[in-house]
Amino acid sequence: MTRKINWFKYSSPQAFYPLAGKMIPWFTVAALLFTLPGLYFSFFVAPADYQQGEAYRIMFIHVPAAWMSMFIYMVMAGYAGMGLVLNSRLSSMMASALAPTGAMFTFLALWTGSLWGKPMWGAWWVWDARLTSELILLFLYIGFMSLSAAIDEPRRAARASAVLALVGVVNIPIIYFSVKWWNTLHQGSSITASKGLTMEASMFIAMILMAMAFWMYTIVVALMRVRCEILERERHAEWVAEVLRPSRAR
Amino acid sequence: MTSLTAAFRCIVARDITLALRRRADVLTTLFFFVIVVSLFPLGVGPEMATLRIIAPGVVWVAALLASMLALERMFYSDYRDGTLEQMLLTPQPLPVLVLGKVFAHWLVSGLPLVLIAPLLGVQYDLPPEGLMVLALSLLVGTPVLSLIGAIGAALTLGVRGGGVLVSLLVLPLYIPVLIFGAGAVDASMSGLGAQAHLSLLGAFLLGALILAPWAASAALRISME
Repeated sequence: MTRKINWFKYSSPQAFYPLAGKMIPWFTVAALLFTLPGLYFSFFVAPADYQQGEAYRIMFIHVPAAWMSMFIYMVMAGYAGMGLVLNSRLSSMMASALAPTGAMFTFLALWTGSLWGKPMWGAWWVWDARLTSELILLFLYIGFMSLSAAIDEPRRAARASAVLALVGVVNIPIIYFSVKWWNTLHQGSSITASKGLTMEASMFIAMILMAMAFWMYTIVVALMRVRCEILERERHAEWVAEVLRPSRAR
Repeated sequence: MTSLTAAFRCIVARDITLALRRRADVLTTLFFFVIVVSLFPLGVGPEMATLRIIAPGVVWVAALLASMLALERMFYSDYRDGTLEQMLLTPQPLPVLVLGKVFAHWLVSGLPLVLIAPLLGVQYDLPPEGLMVLALSLLVGTPVLSLIGAIGAALTLGVRGGGVLVSLLVLPLYIPVLIFGAGAVDASMSGLGAQAHLSLLGAFLLGALILAPWAASAALRISME
């Protein structure tokens, strides 16, 4: 006898809430395990750049943050689209849980980029194609969050902001390819599959460790936020009252 | 097929008739555009060399703002008096009706901007070919603004603070049009030729023509639930 797996078991908020609670500590540990060696590698092991000296080390924050800003938007739009098509409540909750973290990483990428730009380019900000499109990405995140905040009815808010998120997906390839399409100030990618590694191996390891650390951090924060979101949207359900009963509070 | 074109024509004719009954609304957008463009020489100073450089950007930003302000009229009155609900119930596909509404909206709010822009360009001492490219880039670019704006207008229908919110949603999506629209005029004045920029604007227009009516229809259905 074969046992049928219910693929949609955890798509119900009630089933996902405790699962998310169990996953958070694991991913927190993973985030710490990647962050500590990542920072050690980026500050002590990776050699100084022959052109940029020590100032290039901000790249270990900047590049992973920029990766995450685009990646989170795609994941968010994916969840939003799933919520729109399959009408699953949890998907739209995940989308709105990811948005603030995505906006934070976008801001972080812009900020660290400007800190790096001052000594290297001699300006805090240049109107280069990649900077501009990353700024548009920040505006898209802000638009997504303010649209869902402006609509009181949660179902309509989720669906309306999902349409906006999907429309904004157009911007992601523009950011990604902007340094290839336009010959502007921002340098091209140093990590490509075709050309292999164009940097020191320890630099590469540090960058990958930091990217993994950011990834794990994103999962932790998104899960925490989605738990709050679940409680808020399902507050009339019986199981929420059960969960929040003082005797069970930890 | 014929019923589709008939529905499209009917919507366009109806919306234009309605707009012409309220001519003041149409003129408000136009005068807003003229006033914003005229403010810059007062703020920046009347030096012709400076004005010639900033002219494409100023005219394009003003066009962006003017067409954004006009967005509220695209669906709102139909939404309020229940016409929109009837449109959603018709057997004709909603994207065709939306396309008709967007086209009519562009005719009364976008086309006047295109026609008056060369006159404003003269105020900024643009050379003749610059004026022509300016009008041409607006002719190709303003329909894109109306199409993208339709999505924003549909999403914020009946939302509190919709007017301010729509600017937050729509202006970031307008930025590529602004870059290539103003860039076309700059390129033609510096002797590079505006063809590349105009071609990209045309590509935006085709892409928006295909995708925007569907997205706006989905947004309308969400707003009317």
